[in-house]
Amino acid sequence: MDTMTTILQPDHATIPGVSKPVKSRAARRVHGLSDRAIAWLFVAPTIALLLAINIFPLIWMIRLSFTNLNLSMSYLPLRFVGLDNFRDILTDEDVWFRLQTTAQFVISSVALQVVVGFGLALLINRQFRGHSFWTTIILLPMMLSPAVVGNFWTLLLQPQIGPFNYLISLFTGVPTSSFSMTGQVSLAPWTIVLVDTWMWAPYVMLICLAGLRSIPDYIYEAAEVDRASPWRQFWSITLPMTVPFLMLAVLFRAIENFKMFDMVNLLTSGGPGSTTELVSISLKRAAFEKWRTGYSSALAIILFVTVFGAANIYVKTLNKVKQR
Amino acid sequence: MTAAATRSTAHSIVEASPRTKAFAGGLVILYAVITILPLLWIVATAFKSQSDAIAYPPKVIFEPTLEGYVNLFTVRTRQTPDFIAKLPPPETWYDKLVRKRDMVIAGPSKVVPRFVNSLIIGFGSTFLAVFLGTLAAYAFSRFRIPLADDLLFFILSTRMMPPVAVAIPIYLMYRQLNLTDTRLGMILLYTAVNVSLAVWLLKGFIDEIPREYEEAALVDGYTRLQALRKVVLPQAVTGIAATAIFCLIFSWNEYAFAVLLTSGEAQTMPPFIPFIIGEGGQDWPAVAAATTLFVVPIVMFTVLLRKHLLRGITFGAVRK
Repeated sequence: MDTMTTILQPDHATIPGVSKPVKSRAARRVHGLSDRAIAWLFVAPTIALLLAINIFPLIWMIRLSFTNLNLSMSYLPLRFVGLDNFRDILTDEDVWFRLQTTAQFVISSVALQVVVGFGLALLINRQFRGHSFWTTIILLPMMLSPAVVGNFWTLLLQPQIGPFNYLISLFTGVPTSSFSMTGQVSLAPWTIVLVDTWMWAPYVMLICLAGLRSIPDYIYEAAEVDRASPWRQFWSITLPMTVPFLMLAVLFRAIENFKMFDMVNLLTSGGPGSTTELVSISLKRAAFEKWRTGYSSALAIILFVTVFGAANIYVKTLNKVKQR
Repeated sequence: MTAAATRSTAHSIVEASPRTKAFAGGLVILYAVITILPLLWIVATAFKSQSDAIAYPPKVIFEPTLEGYVNLFTVRTRQTPDFIAKLPPPETWYDKLVRKRDMVIAGPSKVVPRFVNSLIIGFGSTFLAVFLGTLAAYAFSRFRIPLADDLLFFILSTRMMPPVAVAIPIYLMYRQLNLTDTRLGMILLYTAVNVSLAVWLLKGFIDEIPREYEEAALVDGYTRLQALRKVVLPQAVTGIAATAIFCLIFSWNEYAFAVLLTSGEAQTMPPFIPFIIGEGGQDWPAVAAATTLFVVPIVMFTVLLRKHLLRGITFGAVRK
C-alpha cells in the first residue's frame, strides 16, 4: 500500500534506501503514538482498575485493622487501638481451632485429590477407545459453581430422602437414618473433603495428564531396552517427570482450599457446631454477622499475608513449569 | 488420527496391551459414571413432584412432571377447593397443573430478574475484562515494560486473595459510593477479578503469534494500532474467545462476593438458588430445576473449551 503511494507520488520518492526510515518514523509520530506511549496506555487501565478495586480498599483495610470499628455500633467513636486486634486474634484459641480445621481440610482434600487425580491420569494416559469423551464427563464437576454444588449435595446427603445414605445402607446394611453426613461431628469434616474431591480431583487429573504427555516416548523405549520393570519405570521416569506439574496442581488447590468459603458455607455452613468452620467462614461471621470490622480486617490481613506468600511460591513454580 | 495410530503401533514397546487398555478404560468409565450420578440425580429431581422428591426410599422411577419448573417461575397461593371450583376454567397448562395442588398462581417469581442479573453482570464484566486484558497482554507481550515481571505478579496476586477478606473493604467502599447491590458495582468487581486471568491467558496466546507479521505490517506503513487491529487481533481470536468463556464462567459461578455485596436488585443466581423455598423448607424440585437451567450453559462451555481448559485453569502456564 505505502510503497504504491510512494511510487505514484514523486515528491515522496527520493533515494529509497536513505529516506525510507526517516519517513516512516515521521509517519509514525504523526499517525500514531510512540511504542512507549502505547505500552503505558495499554497497561494503565488494568493497573488503575486493580488499584481502585484491590489496592485502595486493601490500604483502607490495613488502617481499619488498627481501630475498634464495629458497624453494628457505629455510634461509638472510632478509636485507634494499635495492635490490639492482632493480639486478640493471635491469642484467641478459637482462631487457632479454625486454622487447624482449615489446615486439616486443606491437607486431607488435596492429598485425596492428588491420589485420585494422578490415578485417573495414569489410567486415561493408556489411551483406550473413547477416553476423550469420558475425560470430558469427568471434568464437568470442576466447572460448576461451588455454591450450587454445596447446595445440591445437601439434598444428596439428606439422611432420609437422600440417595447417598440409601446407597450406603444398600451395600452395608447400616440403616439410612442412623448417620448424617452433614449433621454429625465425626462425619462432617470428611463430607466437605469428599465433595471437594468430587469437584476438584479432575483438576489434578488434567494437569497430571499434561505432565504424563510431556514425557517423550524414547525415554520409555530406552528403559525397555535396559529391561527396567514397569514398577521401576514408574518410580524413575513417570513420577519424577510429572512432579513439577503435580506441584503446580497441589499449590493451586492448597491456595484455593485455604480460601474455601462458598461450597462449605452452603453444605454445612460451618456446622455442626463449628466442626467445619473454616477460617473464611469464621471471617465472614466476624465481619458480616457480628460486624466487628476492625477485628475482621486484622484477621483478613493475616490471611492475605499467608496467601501472598503461597502465591509467591506458586508463581515461581509456574515459571519453572513454563521453562520446560 | 490414523497416522498417530500407525506411529504408536510402530513403537509398540511403549503401547499398552489391549487387556491393560480395557482394564484402564473400565475403571475410568466406572469413575465417570459415579461422578456424573449426582448431576443426573439433580436433573431428574427437577422433573419430580414435591412428594416424589422427598420420598423414602429415594425414587429412581417416577412419573415426570413439570411442577418443579412451574414452581420455579411462579409464586403461588394455597386456596380452598371451593374457591378453585368457582374460578373460570384454567387458561394454560401450568394453571391447570397448579390448581391440581389446590393452588393458584399469584404472579411471576424473582427467578427471571436474577437470571437477567447473572447475564448482564456476566457479559458486562467479561467484555470489560477481555478488552482491558487484551490491551495489557499485547503491551506485556510486545513492548519492554519496566518491572514487567513484578507487574504481572501483582496482577495475578490480586486473584489469589480470599474473597471474603476482599469483600470487607469493598463493602465499606461501595457503601460510600452507593455501589452496594448495584449491577455496576458487581461488574467492576468481577472485571477486576477476571482481568488478571485475562492478562495472563491472553499474553500466552499473543506470545504465540509470530512478531514478523506485525513487523511486516509496520514496514508497510501501518501504525501500531492498525497492526494490532488488522494483524494481531484476527490471529488471536480463538484465544480471546477462550479467555472470554473463562471469564464468563467465573462471573456466572461466583458466590462469595454476590452473597456479601448484593441483597436484591443486583443479586445473581448462585446466592438465589439455595433460597427457593416452598411450603415447609426448600422446594427441591424447583431448586433442582433452577440448578439444571443454571448448569446447562456451563456444560456446553466445557465441551467448547475442552482444548483450552488446561491453559485456562493454570493461568496459561501449562499449554499442552
